[in-house]
Amino acid sequence: MAGYIVRRVLQAIPVLLGTTFLIYFMVFAMPGDPVVALFGDKTPPPQVLEAVREQYHLDQPFIVQYLLFLGGIFRGDFGTSFSGQPVSEILATTFPVTLRLALMAIFIEMVFGITIGLISGLRKGGIFDASFLVVSLILISLPVFVVAFVAQYVFAIQLGWFRTTAGPGAPIQDLILPAIVLATISFAQIVRLTRASVIETDTQDFVRTAASKGLSRRRIVPVHILRNSLIPVVTYLAVDFGTLMVGATVTEGIFNVPGVGRTLYQAIIRNEAATVVSFVTVMVLIYLFVNLLVDLLYAVLDPRIRYAK
Amino acid sequence: MTEIVNGTDVQQTIVSSDERPLLEIKDLEVGFNTQDGLVKALNGVNITLYRGQSLAIVGESGSGKSTTAHAIINLLPGTGHITGGQILLDGQDLAKTSEKEMEAIRGRKIGFVPQDPMSNLNPVWSIGFQVEEAIKANGIATGRKEVKARAIEVLKQAGLGDAERRLKQFPHQFSGGMRQRVLIGMGLAADPQLLIADEPTSALDVTVQRVILDHLESLTRELGTTLLFITHDLGLAAERAEQLVVMYKGRVVESGPSVEILQNPQHPYTQRLVAAAPSLASRRIQSSGGIAAAEASISEDASHAAGETIDLIATAEARAEAIEAAASAPPAIIVEDLTKVFKIRGSGEFTAVDKVSFQIPKGTTMALVGESGSGKSTVAKMLLKLEEATSGKMVVGGRDLATVTGKELFELRSRMQPVFQDPYGSLNPLRNIGNTIAEPLHTHKVGTKASRRARTYELLDQVSLPRTLVGRYPNELSGGQRQRVAIARALALKPEIVVLDEAVSALDVLVQAQILRLLADLQGELGLTYLFITHDLAVVRVIADHVCVMQRGKIVEAATTDEVFDNPKEQYTKDLLAAIPGANIELGA
Amino acid sequence: MPSNTRPTQAHYVAPLEETPLVAIDSVTTEGKPSNLWRDAWRDVRKRPMFWISSALILLIVIVALFPDLFTQVPPNNDCQLSNSNGAPTTGHPLGFTRQGCDIYSRIIHGTSTSLAVGLIVTFLVAVLGIIFGALAGFYGGWVDGLLSRLGDIFFSIPYILAAVVIMSVFSQYANVWVISLAIGIFAWPATARVLRAEVFRVRNADFVMAATALGVSRFRILVRHVLPNSIAPVIVITTISLASAIVAEATLSFLGVGLPPSTMSWGNDISQAQVTLSTAPQVLILPSIALSVTVLSFIMLGEVARDALDPKARAQR
Repeated sequence: MAGYIVRRVLQAIPVLLGTTFLIYFMVFAMPGDPVVALFGDKTPPPQVLEAVREQYHLDQPFIVQYLLFLGGIFRGDFGTSFSGQPVSEILATTFPVTLRLALMAIFIEMVFGITIGLISGLRKGGIFDASFLVVSLILISLPVFVVAFVAQYVFAIQLGWFRTTAGPGAPIQDLILPAIVLATISFAQIVRLTRASVIETDTQDFVRTAASKGLSRRRIVPVHILRNSLIPVVTYLAVDFGTLMVGATVTEGIFNVPGVGRTLYQAIIRNEAATVVSFVTVMVLIYLFVNLLVDLLYAVLDPRIRYAK
Repeated sequence: MTEIVNGTDVQQTIVSSDERPLLEIKDLEVGFNTQDGLVKALNGVNITLYRGQSLAIVGESGSGKSTTAHAIINLLPGTGHITGGQILLDGQDLAKTSEKEMEAIRGRKIGFVPQDPMSNLNPVWSIGFQVEEAIKANGIATGRKEVKARAIEVLKQAGLGDAERRLKQFPHQFSGGMRQRVLIGMGLAADPQLLIADEPTSALDVTVQRVILDHLESLTRELGTTLLFITHDLGLAAERAEQLVVMYKGRVVESGPSVEILQNPQHPYTQRLVAAAPSLASRRIQSSGGIAAAEASISEDASHAAGETIDLIATAEARAEAIEAAASAPPAIIVEDLTKVFKIRGSGEFTAVDKVSFQIPKGTTMALVGESGSGKSTVAKMLLKLEEATSGKMVVGGRDLATVTGKELFELRSRMQPVFQDPYGSLNPLRNIGNTIAEPLHTHKVGTKASRRARTYELLDQVSLPRTLVGRYPNELSGGQRQRVAIARALALKPEIVVLDEAVSALDVLVQAQILRLLADLQGELGLTYLFITHDLAVVRVIADHVCVMQRGKIVEAATTDEVFDNPKEQYTKDLLAAIPGANIELGA
Repeated sequence: MPSNTRPTQAHYVAPLEETPLVAIDSVTTEGKPSNLWRDAWRDVRKRPMFWISSALILLIVIVALFPDLFTQVPPNNDCQLSNSNGAPTTGHPLGFTRQGCDIYSRIIHGTSTSLAVGLIVTFLVAVLGIIFGALAGFYGGWVDGLLSRLGDIFFSIPYILAAVVIMSVFSQYANVWVISLAIGIFAWPATARVLRAEVFRVRNADFVMAATALGVSRFRILVRHVLPNSIAPVIVITTISLASAIVAEATLSFLGVGLPPSTMSWGNDISQAQVTLSTAPQVLILPSIALSVTVLSFIMLGEVARDALDPKARAQR
């Protein structure tokens, strides 16, 4: 296990260097004065311009610039927003909100997705299975902003069950609808993945052997079928986290949830490229971190990995 | 024997239950729902098994032997279900038993040992968890301590030393043989009256097979368990069971006492099986003191075997006659001190092949025998230049393989061709048979389009396949037919040497016998030199002139086939020979 | 002793008529020749979902190529603020946007944008994914190490976020080609990973060894034997990536970092309609339906392809 953790962490290092380099490269490969270009047609306050120049160390050679930029990231310096507030300060207030929203969404999609996927898989070809196959295809085809607007219109504007946009402080009840919207993005994928995994596991030899030992179906389903089917679902969670972050950006923007996503959303809408780059960098770092976490969780679920040397 | 308790009624029932078979299968029918409607897998199977007996069901793949086993414990895969007949366990009809009652019967009254130890243990749970689960489900013990104590007992009984530490380990930390021991232990954990063992050792190395089967036999005898054993190997079945049931196409074609069936097979299908089983042929040759003697002794039996029975001994004799002169021929292949070292990340080096030397005279067959991991296939790959040798010398047709490159190597490849083991992987599924067989001609730019087509037809004739196959695809063919196509492809360039890497190992006995016959015929006809790589010493007896036994990368014994069989020098060779089933069967010559 | 009293079974031989012996391993060549592709086509033809999605896609392609066949109303000109959020009238079957433009015409004219981005991205992803995946899987060793790490890096930036950065920075250059490049350049690693795994599996097959033993060149083995046998999953994932690319473009346009307002795009229209969601939801919903149906068509086609080409998926139906 320790060897596995060390190896995974070591593997993450070149990826971390590569991704930050790519982001840096995308911004500074552009022609002209990158700082001016970052602000497009807008003129930021001079102290912001100065701060951005300092963050990206433009007086240095390219590779030194990058290394200094990277050093800043490790010190928690993600630059300064358009309004002159350090990005790290904004993160301190917005990150907890986004974390709460993301955890709610993951909880909803996992609970409903796995339950429905399990039932579909166990009753393959039945009416329940067939109808959820159709529902999942449709849900996969709906872009998140469409789902968000429809939900907002139906449940907030027409039915009045929820507030249209989140109130100050983003209390839990205002996060329910955005969380459900966010959950629908991956819900269908989790249903399908769980279903496929359950069907495959159900035909495995060890399931028949478990039954031959005299175990009841009620024990076999959770202990041998569901437990083994969870491994690919958990792996999917890592890939899915990228979609979740994009979804959070759109959802928080539409429901005005004061999280990291809305900050990025507003920066994008207002065309504040410097802030966009800062926040995307933060998100990529979170993504890498979550991937690492999921890999470790994977080792917990699968002893073949845990005990591999 | 029977104790008289309180009157005659009781006595009668006891007497009758003593005479009553433990398991009686009557006219059992099993069907699978498919797109084309109900497909019958069993068509009225009758089996009777008495308490304390051992019975083996023998048949080829698709004969319905495993389906019978799964029907008894009501765990048929997919859409399978019982469509008729009875399965009486001690008088109770299992075909009409509810799922709830079946749960109580499984494990407690009927134990089950599955086929493949690699896939029958759940990889995410520890061995202890899975053994304890079986114990708890059958109410053998309650309370954590008692369950654990019983689990340790079960594993010790199954022959796993150090059981306490083993409980915490996971299946992937066990070898195949050890996993099979765990599965046997679990099957017997609740001391069932009947144990069904479905090809329990087919996936294991031959020497391990023998040890496990011995253990299973002594355990069931000790516990007084009735044993129903399923196997494709007639020799194994006869050696391990008192009663035999031969199945063919979902029916029982012959059943009765093992020795009787083996000595005097009545049904033509059984006769075919007896004639084609390598283990029996090998034993027979051994006991008769030579191929010719064996052939003479059974020619009478074989004569009344109907139709296209393939007799392995006849094959062996025909081959021996054709090859006789070749023994003193110059070598087609010389291998000297061949070594292959693999670098393994983290754990240094692994010597897969260690200073291997041998020669194969032109026109003869040399068998390279060994268990998995012995390095035998690596030798073949190096010889075929599919793998670079670390050191050593290989001379093929007078050319040193180390020095040939480019065009010379390309030319040399046409003189030495392989046939591999997996009939499902040996042909490109997207190319038709005609193109597959013609590919060598195409690659080496032999002839015109028309002459290549003619050669393709000729090759199909040679391997006894219809010419209509040229436009068909591999997935339409059986395993044996695919191997024939692979042989035709290997022969396309008229090579002198064919490397057969476990070429018949994955085939059913009758098909295997057919392919062995084909190989023998082609060798006589075309003067081919074979390097025959196999784990099955019994087949070697029939097909090879020389044998090299490999163990852990080294050749431990090399001699003529007769010498190796008559007078093995190394303990390992003796173990391999002893592992050929049928040692203690009277074959009635 | 039990063995003495134990009853035994008699030697039973089934009558020959019951199970007549058939020739060992006989060849049947009835029916049409079959391999993976032929079987897949035979399977696909029977499925309604295939015909529904194909018909929809055909319609979408025709609309994209010949919008004038479906509407005479120009999508941008003729907009009158007096028609703002107006109800349907004759000649304007779906009503008007906030700027008073004809919704139906804008949907028809937006089709080509979505389809073009989808096709360009898919082409890019397929080319990059196949080259990198095939080379990494087939040659292994350091080639694999290098390409796989490179894929890991690109894979670690969610491609929409990457496109957001690129489009924010290059906002003044935004057009269909640039946005397709921005999406495609970060979307290929998934395809490469799938193909790499397949190639890895196939290259160890015995028929590849047999071809090597024949002296067939490495490149020819890759092209003739390995790639055709590993391409099926790529076809499935490519069909689905077409749908994802359309969603990505709409999302970027919705966020305002996609196509300029002068280019017809469903994402732009949805974005502009959000302010009047409570009063005129149809202005937002109608282009959303067009977008979702287009995406659904390709998702369904991908689903059919997966069921036909992946034996595992077929067994699970």
